[in-house]
Amino acid sequence: MGEFEVHRVRFFGLVPAGVRCLACHPRGSRLALARTDGAVEVYNFAANYFQEKVIPGHEARSVESLCWAAGDRLFGAGLGGDITEYDLSGLSAARGLDGGGGPIWSMVANSSGTQLAIGCEDGSVKIFQVVPGGIQFERNLDRRKGRVLCLSWHPSDTHIVAGSIDFFRVIDVASGQTVQRIMVNHHVEKAKHECVVWAIALLSSGTVVSADSFGRVQFWDWEQGTLAESHTVSTSAVLSLAVSQKEDSMIVGTSTGATYHLQLLPVRLGGLEKRWVRTKPFQFHSHDVRAVAHSPTALISGGLDAQLVIRPLMEKVQKKNYEAVLRKFTFPHRRLVSCARKARLLLFQFSQYLELWRLGSTEETGKDGEVLPLCRMPEHLVQLKSKGPEHIYCSCVSPCGTWLGYSTASRFQLYRVRCDEDGVSLRKVPKVPKLLPPAYQLQFSADSQILFVASARGSVHVFQLLEPGGCKHLHTLRPPSGCSEAVYLLAPSADGHWLAAVSGDWAIHIYNLKCFKVGLGVTPQPQGTRDGGLSMHCPPGSHHCIPGAGLGWLWCGNGGQRQSWRFWFGMGVWESCQPGPGGSHQCMSPPAASLRGAQL
Amino acid sequence: MAQNGRQKSIRDQWWSLQTEQILRCTRSIAGQPASQCEGSVGSDRSQLPGSRQGDRAAYSIEDSGPGCARRVPAACGCSECPGPLGRGNGVSPRRYLLYASGDFVKVHSVNTEETLGLLCGHADLVTGIQLNPHNHMQVYSSSLDGTIKLWDFMDGIPIKTDFFLWSDTFQLVSVKLTKGAGQDLEGKELSVVLDGVGASSKQIAFGREDSYVVSVKDVDLQVYFFKRKLLNRFSLSTAKTKGGDNRFSCVVCHPTEDCIATGHADGKIRLWRNFHHKKGYTYSSLHWHHDTVMDLAYSLEGTRLLSGGVESVLVQWHNESSCQKDFLPRLGSPIECISMSSDGVLCCTLHTDNRISIINSNLRFSRSIQGLIKSRDVKTGLVVDPRTKALVLNGEPGHLQFYSLQSDQQLFSLDIVQRQYIHQAGLKQSDLVKVAFSARGTWLATVEESEEVADPELQLKLWFYTEETQSFALNTRINTPHDNHITDMCFRDMDELGDDSLILVTTGRDCVFKVWVMVGDSDPEGNVSWSCDFVGSYHNYQATNCCFSEDGSLLAVSFEETVTVWDSLTWDLKCTFCHPPGNIRNICFGRQTCSKYLIGATDYGFLCCWNLLTCALEWNAHLNVVVLQPDPLSEHIAAVSWLSKESSLFVFKPSEPWPVYIQRNLCKEKILLAAFVPRDEPETISSEKYLWLRKSQLFFLTDTQELMTLSTKSLEERLTPSSKQLAVEESLPVTPFSVLLGKHRRQQAQEDTDLGKPVVHNKQEQASPAVKELLHTPAHVLPSASFLCTIFINSLLISKENKSAEEVADEVEMESEKAEDDSDEEDVTAMEQEDTSHIELLGEITCKLSKSQEKELRKIRKMDYSWISAF
Repeated sequence: MGEFEVHRVRFFGLVPAGVRCLACHPRGSRLALARTDGAVEVYNFAANYFQEKVIPGHEARSVESLCWAAGDRLFGAGLGGDITEYDLSGLSAARGLDGGGGPIWSMVANSSGTQLAIGCEDGSVKIFQVVPGGIQFERNLDRRKGRVLCLSWHPSDTHIVAGSIDFFRVIDVASGQTVQRIMVNHHVEKAKHECVVWAIALLSSGTVVSADSFGRVQFWDWEQGTLAESHTVSTSAVLSLAVSQKEDSMIVGTSTGATYHLQLLPVRLGGLEKRWVRTKPFQFHSHDVRAVAHSPTALISGGLDAQLVIRPLMEKVQKKNYEAVLRKFTFPHRRLVSCARKARLLLFQFSQYLELWRLGSTEETGKDGEVLPLCRMPEHLVQLKSKGPEHIYCSCVSPCGTWLGYSTASRFQLYRVRCDEDGVSLRKVPKVPKLLPPAYQLQFSADSQILFVASARGSVHVFQLLEPGGCKHLHTLRPPSGCSEAVYLLAPSADGHWLAAVSGDWAIHIYNLKCFKVGLGVTPQPQGTRDGGLSMHCPPGSHHCIPGAGLGWLWCGNGGQRQSWRFWFGMGVWESCQPGPGGSHQCMSPPAASLRGAQL
Repeated sequence: MAQNGRQKSIRDQWWSLQTEQILRCTRSIAGQPASQCEGSVGSDRSQLPGSRQGDRAAYSIEDSGPGCARRVPAACGCSECPGPLGRGNGVSPRRYLLYASGDFVKVHSVNTEETLGLLCGHADLVTGIQLNPHNHMQVYSSSLDGTIKLWDFMDGIPIKTDFFLWSDTFQLVSVKLTKGAGQDLEGKELSVVLDGVGASSKQIAFGREDSYVVSVKDVDLQVYFFKRKLLNRFSLSTAKTKGGDNRFSCVVCHPTEDCIATGHADGKIRLWRNFHHKKGYTYSSLHWHHDTVMDLAYSLEGTRLLSGGVESVLVQWHNESSCQKDFLPRLGSPIECISMSSDGVLCCTLHTDNRISIINSNLRFSRSIQGLIKSRDVKTGLVVDPRTKALVLNGEPGHLQFYSLQSDQQLFSLDIVQRQYIHQAGLKQSDLVKVAFSARGTWLATVEESEEVADPELQLKLWFYTEETQSFALNTRINTPHDNHITDMCFRDMDELGDDSLILVTTGRDCVFKVWVMVGDSDPEGNVSWSCDFVGSYHNYQATNCCFSEDGSLLAVSFEETVTVWDSLTWDLKCTFCHPPGNIRNICFGRQTCSKYLIGATDYGFLCCWNLLTCALEWNAHLNVVVLQPDPLSEHIAAVSWLSKESSLFVFKPSEPWPVYIQRNLCKEKILLAAFVPRDEPETISSEKYLWLRKSQLFFLTDTQELMTLSTKSLEERLTPSSKQLAVEESLPVTPFSVLLGKHRRQQAQEDTDLGKPVVHNKQEQASPAVKELLHTPAHVLPSASFLCTIFINSLLISKENKSAEEVADEVEMESEKAEDDSDEEDVTAMEQEDTSHIELLGEITCKLSKSQEKELRKIRKMDYSWISAF
């Protein structure tokens, strides 16, 4: 066994952005999440709740509301007043259209996904038609004073309920008129304060569920304008609410970080009369729960503490398997740290700047598990700020520590780093060949001679790095069958002969770098699995592994013969999918190279 | 010595004699729940988990073997009962509180705060009571004697008794109560509903409309649906994470919805719904209590849930919301049980200190029923207050309770420690350990110490009784009077000499006894304070007991194995007595004719009598004496022995070596304390054996804090006064109309007496029954108006011809007598009303009859009165 030095890196001060809104795909397979910094993430429930896509944020773009419409199209709207469609294959905000009503507080799609309704600062509710290639304005509904903070369509698309400050109103979509206006701040001692309706839902029975800043969840019969039930679930504001599709269960999130489950239960066993009952409280979050979602089998909540929590409903889960586990997503699923092994440098990626640190060192040796004293403290070498409002997509430092690159949505920058006794100097590499930005992943080869840039449509650009500071485009690797999705992950082999690339459709291509051709062949992801390629590692030798979230596959490529292995994380148990391990192949430990930045 | 030995052998024979006749030994039955309480952890609850419809009564049965945990005072069932029509003043909805207390069920009037009746007949502990759902005048009670009795609690009559044969395990069984007419029936039809139920009936509840029954035990909840014969079992995790403890403590069901509320050991309340699904069940939780939820109760409509626990706070939860809750704090002691009245107007809580609080529906404390407060540990012993003749002992923590034996009420509670008591396990807090009164009750000495074993913070306090405030005021506080625990304390009892000669002696484990005397202060107000006068010791032995002789001239202090006798004037050691082996446990001087004797009891089971004149052992006997108590009014001394799990009582005179009275097997519990309470007037006792009971009554306190007494009267004799009260208890329903009517009636009565005109009075009296009947009979049972009309008109007519001259003369006489004694007159009118009310619209003839009866009665009364006045 080799000897290892383990560094406890405690100087990566990443502050993740809070969760602002959630949108569950109507078919329940995907979840879109927007963060307070404008980043949008898509989680795939079928693939083990893997964070599939990340669209980095933008300073000027805030996302207040997300919704899925017209199948798999994702729309977002924010306080900038624009409605943006997201290009999920290209991982970018695609087209924007001004809503025309000032900041947009909420946006919902109707049940068929053909229309979007937005609630604006000026009190208007506008309807947009979803058309191929974009959206177009359809009409204005009745406008009343007071910002529209939340909206909900009736399942039959006939009515929209719009929550505002101190009241909510029900609008008939066909006529565009307000048919009912209900004050929510009546009969409350705190009536001098305004009562903000933070979230609202219109059920098929005609019941309006409102969640307000007084901590109440109230059930109204909107036709009569009467209050049916009122549950004071919290002493602080209820900020979010989500109803299941069957309308028998809902989750509310409060500003104390607690979420509550409400269920429609029969008052008497076997009787028809049912009532909403607050059942279980959950305290998963430490801060405001701004967004909740209700999938058919789970309660999902996201808070300003940047956590996404998925709590399965035990009664809906058929058997106790991997799905019945409470999931908390605290760490980003992307690589935010890259390491220059030889130069002992670490590069940390923040939303708008990079930090380069030199690791501390020790001269002493000790026993297993012993903490060694540092003779040289870790050193912050340089902070590199990215220009413009765009957030950084990806970054990388070369293994020798002399090259550093990052990419935003529109720019790709490469720097030459010189570390000497005086300090650190950073020089931008001029005349970087123009590429179609953005780059989704940067990867230097092991000898720091070549830079691989993952790009859209499955292509990988190969640059040759030249001394003393230049680069040359060598080749562009493309999958032979073509691909619409971008490449997310890259992994070169240590001997520099091979490069593996994983694109958004989970196809894995292994290229031979000598002849710039698809070498070992395309290895599609095994069908029917729930894992997603998180990161990739090509250790010396001829095997490649793609660990997934908890479950990993390992391919041994010995002269074209493929053997597939899989293992469970943390258990260290290897099991062969195909008969018999190859005699030449020995795997001692799980490939642990997939440690990601934030976990350090 | 030889003579001595022979004497001893004879005496031993005497002590071991079996009594041929025993006195009736009853528990103090003065009518409060407080009078009995047993200390072991409660496992029973007041309410039988009976079904409301009554066709199905289920009982949690218990093994009645000796190992069974017992607890007495528990039951609370509130019932509102409509009074019988046409009696007294008509409809009188009255409210009774029924509770099980020891072997009895007691009926308590909520309005008058009196105990109205006692249902006695069970041979063992009553474990539960339940109102008959078909007849609210009847109550079922279950007992450890294996019977279920049906009572008419208004009259206190047992209607029916069912015997059952119980098994040894706890099961929930359904029994078919026989419909037979006989008194004693044996129930045969038993069917087991649930196995493995909790011992307490708090852990069983019937659901809405008796469609299911719920049982909780440990971390398991079982729901059995009767119709579908479906048993659902839900388990919580046993892991105690983050201070959580999921064990169930109690369960109740929502009265109108299918919701089960359960209390847990960590203070959580869970509300279960959808429990007919094995998977889809759900629960929400409410959490306020920091310790076990002792009991829960739903309001009548189920909108409110009451919970209580060790915090002594009653919590009211509204609409199952954890945000809306009300509190009723400072209820005094931990809440054991909560019960709701059947009309939902009142609820009552039972507390661990043997008290019932009645609480209004708006969560206002209304009143409490309390007698003897059960304290955690009676360290002070039983002391009799010379002033009030009340029994004085530990009450609430840090308080001294004055308990009146005559009225079975707490006279008052004196806060001695004057510190906030915190109900929390493991906290060392100060408590009262010793108390002593001076002979006339003007001075009270108390000792308090903290529970720390190593370093007890001792305080000796002396209290002076002030006539103005009618209470004790603190006079002197002495910190650390002894360096170690104080073992005994006594005043010099000298009635004749007055306060100047008052001396207090304390003995401590620090091997000294200290004499405290009053010192006049130099300030002009003439205040006095107490200070130490003399410190005595003997061979560095721990001082254990002290007592003064009757005339106060001698002080006996026991030091481990030795009794020392000191002259109380010079503090010279006069003589010592010793009876090795074994430490002295108790000492006392003889009284009156036997004042030359000193009695001592040792650890090794010897009772010794020393003659102070000869300084020699007069006699001794082999007896394991636990309590040695002299009667202050006679020369008798009571000794209670504890041998082979039974307590026996021996009463003897020190001058005679054989006992005056022996009562073997007084009770199964260990008697810890005893006290002679002087009677107000000497009782006439025919039998010579009980002459020692003439001047004083002997009370015992057992280790389960049960207060008992010896009585020559039978239970029935003692009970008559209280059961008679039931008939008297005929109060108007408090409705606005009744108030108006009552006012009107009172005015009328006033006018009658004021006018003093016999004729007019007569006429009105005559008219009133018919009119009253008209007014009081409900409209739907009245005959037709045409029929009533003649009666009404007749009642208005003045019927002169009926009255003979003789009668008129009587009447006049009557009136004059009325003028003499107002209170007497009131009684008579009340009787008239009662009598006339029975005629039930039968016309004037019966009216006349009743009048003649009245007249006779009056004559009898008159005669009675003169006879008494002659005395």
